[in-house]
Amino acid sequence: MDDKPASKLTYSDITPKGAYTNRRNFLFGMLATGGAVTGWKHFSNWMSGPATGSVPVKLNNVKKGPFSTAEAITPENDVTTYNNFYEFGTGKGDPSRNAKNFRTSPWTVSVEGEVKKPRKLSMDDIMKIAPLEERIYRHRCVEAWSIVVPWIGYSFSALANLVEPTPKAKYVAFESYYDTRQMPEGPSAGIPFPYLEGLRMDEAMHPLTLLCVGMYGETLPNQDGAPVRMVIPWKYGYKSAKSLVKIRFVKNQPPTTWNTATPEWYGFYSNVNPNVNTVRWSQATEHRLGGGIFSRPIPTQIFNGYGDKVASLYSGMDLRKYY
Amino acid sequence: MGVVNSILTSKWTKVVVFALCLVPLAVLVWKGFQNELGANPVEFVEHWTGDWTIRFLIITLCVTPFRKLLHVPQLIRFRRMLGLFAFFYVCLHFSTWIWLDRFFNLSDMWADMLKRRFITVGFAGFVLLIPLAITSTKGWIRRLGGKRWQLLHRAIYLSAIAGVIHYYWQVKSDERKPLQYAAVVGALLAWRLGAWLYKRRQKSATDNRTSKEPVTAETA
Repeated sequence: MDDKPASKLTYSDITPKGAYTNRRNFLFGMLATGGAVTGWKHFSNWMSGPATGSVPVKLNNVKKGPFSTAEAITPENDVTTYNNFYEFGTGKGDPSRNAKNFRTSPWTVSVEGEVKKPRKLSMDDIMKIAPLEERIYRHRCVEAWSIVVPWIGYSFSALANLVEPTPKAKYVAFESYYDTRQMPEGPSAGIPFPYLEGLRMDEAMHPLTLLCVGMYGETLPNQDGAPVRMVIPWKYGYKSAKSLVKIRFVKNQPPTTWNTATPEWYGFYSNVNPNVNTVRWSQATEHRLGGGIFSRPIPTQIFNGYGDKVASLYSGMDLRKYY
Repeated sequence: MGVVNSILTSKWTKVVVFALCLVPLAVLVWKGFQNELGANPVEFVEHWTGDWTIRFLIITLCVTPFRKLLHVPQLIRFRRMLGLFAFFYVCLHFSTWIWLDRFFNLSDMWADMLKRRFITVGFAGFVLLIPLAITSTKGWIRRLGGKRWQLLHRAIYLSAIAGVIHYYWQVKSDERKPLQYAAVVGALLAWRLGAWLYKRRQKSATDNRTSKEPVTAETA
């Protein structure tokens, strides 16, 4: 955007350059994909466990937002070393290791489709669409684990209102970044990329739905979906697409990655629901991460405990059919 | 060959192999105390013990082909111990699931057992190993008789197949590791099938020869 105030810090200023210009690490990363080093890498991982990810930068002027839970926040280290980000590998520790040199600057998000004012937004633009808020949400993975995260961002509706969707826009489609040079593990993940997700328009416009640029007081770590991602707290985690490059307002229900790969397990709606079990796992209980090995499983709540705010979106719908 | 033989028949070798079989457990416990089981330690322990169960089943299945191919019949001394370690690790795997993962929620686990095919097949593989562990003693070989004992213990083939299918059905999309295990188990079972077919052909060849001999003697 051209109306950038010169005095203000821009997003590219706050992104640590060292995180993506460390050539030696990059070369070693390339090397490590080769056979000889792989064996050693596996062995050292076996002995030492996952490495911690890159160091994000503190975000200023973040106010306390609405909808926060009073539950204990999950230790940050757990949220940054245990990730599902299949473009960087399918092991839980893979993203924190493999996303270290992921380039998040420059970054452009194209907002397009059934809108009056399509835009290509830089991170600087995105950072000032609305005041940044900290919102502490429960986040429930379909793999029956959950975390409590202090996300930073603003309601997605602020971005939608900026581009002015037309009455034809009934759904929103999200597309994540994909590039096999930066994500050499991607082709082995067993699901098609780029990662696609989608929401119905009323779900996307719900105030709980967050466009997220940070967590734990800082910008997003690469492995958690830097530089910008979605957070939809009443749906299973895979609905909250990471590292967004395209947001498209569309007429028809868009294809979504997991639903395309295994439709009987992953529905389009994917609302957290202990009574509807996907084929693979029981969704009745979950493990809250950070509690240690002897922490008991806790009962899973319908809509992940956000039913008072979102259940009305689905009134009259058979949630067993539209899982 | 003399050195190899004395190593393989030494009672100390058995002690060393026993200690080696405990290394995966020791590493797991060590990681636990070092706080290195990651954010989801229950899942970590489940995957670790599950992995090592399949590996020990594979190692056990390696004994017979290695004895024959490398001409080291003494390896038979370690087969029972290796098989029992496979059973040991599957017991750890199963108890992690019922205790740490589901905390004895029996009705829920039962529903899972019936509904989720990866749990059904994994449980079947585990149950199949129980009679093998019980009848692994010399006394049971005697009681059952060698032939029947051997037949019963072929159930390990089914257990290994069940273990691999359990893993294959459990993963979400990245099937590389279960397919690697499938390839190894497949090769070990294929070798047995080949050995069995070869033996049968040889046997029928000798049978033919012995049955023909009197004929040739008469015509001669």
